Amino acid sequence: MKRRVLADFAWPLAVFGALAFVPKIGWDVPKVFDSAISSPGTLQLLALCLVFGGLALTYDLLFGFTGLLSFGHALYVAAGSYLTNIAITNWHWGFAAAILFAAAVGLALSVVLGFVSLRVGGIAFAMVTLAFAQAGSVLVHKNPHDWTNGEEGLSPDYHKLPSAFVGVFNTKHLYWLALAYVAVVFLVTRWAVESSPGRVWQAIRENELRVEVLGLRPRAYKLMAFVLGSFLATLGGIVYMLLNNSSDPSVIAPNFTLMLLLMVVIGGAGSRWGAVLGGVVYYYLDNRLGAVGGSSTVQGLPHVLRTPLEQPLFLLGTIFILIVFFLPGGIAGLAARGRPAGLRRLEEAIRPGGAVGGAPEATLTEPQEGA
Amino acid sequence: MSTFILLTITGLGLGAMYFLIASGLSLIYGLMGVLNFAHGAFLTVGSYASWWMSDHAFDGIHSLLLRFLLGAACGLAAGAVFAALVELVLIRPLYQRHIEQVLVTVGLSLAFVALVQGIWGTDAHPYAAPGWLHRTTTIFGAHIPNDRWIEIATAAAVLVLLQLFLHRTRYGLIIRAGVENRAMVTALGIDVRKAFTLVFALGGVAAAIAGVLSGVYFNTIDPSQGTSLLIFAFIVVVIGGLGSVGGSAVAAVVVGLLQQYVNYYASSGIGDMAVVLLLGLVLLARPRGLAGAFAT
Repeated sequence: MKRRVLADFAWPLAVFGALAFVPKIGWDVPKVFDSAISSPGTLQLLALCLVFGGLALTYDLLFGFTGLLSFGHALYVAAGSYLTNIAITNWHWGFAAAILFAAAVGLALSVVLGFVSLRVGGIAFAMVTLAFAQAGSVLVHKNPHDWTNGEEGLSPDYHKLPSAFVGVFNTKHLYWLALAYVAVVFLVTRWAVESSPGRVWQAIRENELRVEVLGLRPRAYKLMAFVLGSFLATLGGIVYMLLNNSSDPSVIAPNFTLMLLLMVVIGGAGSRWGAVLGGVVYYYLDNRLGAVGGSSTVQGLPHVLRTPLEQPLFLLGTIFILIVFFLPGGIAGLAARGRPAGLRRLEEAIRPGGAVGGAPEATLTEPQEGA
Repeated sequence: MSTFILLTITGLGLGAMYFLIASGLSLIYGLMGVLNFAHGAFLTVGSYASWWMSDHAFDGIHSLLLRFLLGAACGLAAGAVFAALVELVLIRPLYQRHIEQVLVTVGLSLAFVALVQGIWGTDAHPYAAPGWLHRTTTIFGAHIPNDRWIEIATAAAVLVLLQLFLHRTRYGLIIRAGVENRAMVTALGIDVRKAFTLVFALGGVAAAIAGVLSGVYFNTIDPSQGTSLLIFAFIVVVIGGLGSVGGSAVAAVVVGLLQQYVNYYASSGIGDMAVVLLLGLVLLARPRGLAGAFAT
């Protein structure tokens, strides 16, 4: 028992604690980063990696732990980003009030939309969440009352932001904020997944029909997971807005959610550190592969080879397909071979016509292996 | 009144494109349980193949109509071949693993759009079509662009052909039976996998037609067109009922008309939101879509 507590809390806290000292490192790591680690540019990149690690974990809560394939997670990230920004910039609210407002609206939105979209399961759920996110995207592009600033994106009024988060010199504070965000998401997810509703989520992922037969209502539990994941994503959206110092429509494009899905699968669905690592690795590669594409080695290649190598998303999409085929557990699965692959276990939840038989059985009381 | 007629015909034209995409999606989902995210890529293959062939391979041909038709034929063929290849190479090894199939199509759609952007750039390309398509016909005082008629007629023809194929041929029978109960069809000794490839190829052709028509409708083609049309096609599929071609047709008309009317009479963009609202209402009232009312 004592050992588990140690493993559950001591390791994450040690890792996050160690990461807190990164802004103090003055080393130059050629090829990996453009400038010294403590420089604002590199810290900004690392902070974005961490935020995406956290956002990927909020998505994993839905997809990896509950078996909900959502294509609309970006909506809640965008709600955090845009609502805070609009309240500050257009309505001249204070920073704290704006954050509370964005969090409250994000929460209400996830309850209402979750309630409607969970009327259907599996693939139809995926399509419906996509449609709701699309409505949000249309709203942002429509730019009502000039609030969202449409395609251009909206920069927050820096007078209203806490001075610690303004200016290039303060990038390290933003890094710490991003680190705190991913730590909070990690610990909340850990607590939620190990709680008794969390056990039910995983049981729903394994075999929804069985949960229903046991006299529990899967829909209520699924809504719980949906609301928690979406709310954490809204908080992530606020951090993301501060880091980018803007809200722009890419945060609500369908590709944003697909990117989170890719991160989770690359890292390992149903694994906490796997999802975080997936987010960090994906964002880093997305950012750095562009530099590789522009390097003289690639530019010297013939046209047929050069064109694909210049497109980070083409490379990441291809890597992703290869992982789905040959490494179904992602990075986390690589580290723990022999465990049932997370994706395989999700099958039952999505198969049309319900989940009758065939699934590897998991009882409700069986403790889930810590990931 | 003339505005209303113009909106109606334009809405039907848009609905026609939604139907062409949605019918393939719906059949693929109904038969195989695959949500095909790469369906937008099929559309892009159709539009880019027809554009490229018409502009580069057939540029010696003087008649624009002939060039357009030859290009379109190449686009359709490319769509069918590409879709069949996707099924054989990427989907077939993952049969019965629906999540992984969805993931693979998601990866393909992202990688494919990136590749098209890499080769032909992110900018839109003008899409050459016979001059007649860009002129208008006046009906009850409304000036209707001629391409709308082609879109509506093509979609109607595809609907009729698809229904004839599904109801009058042996392969159609197998596909319909597979949608109802795939295990039973397999148990009767029929190799249902051939039907899978066939359905993918059919879906690819229909999406490629939509690609050619979207080039005509918007006058240009760009790499992101497939994705944006795909989202509305998803909505049409859910409203129409997964697996039902007839349901898709009705839902496509409803969605296309609603979008046009509201976008004009309320405000641009509101029509798109009205469609999403309609989806929410349909789900609350009838979670299985309209399919109950309209048979396959």
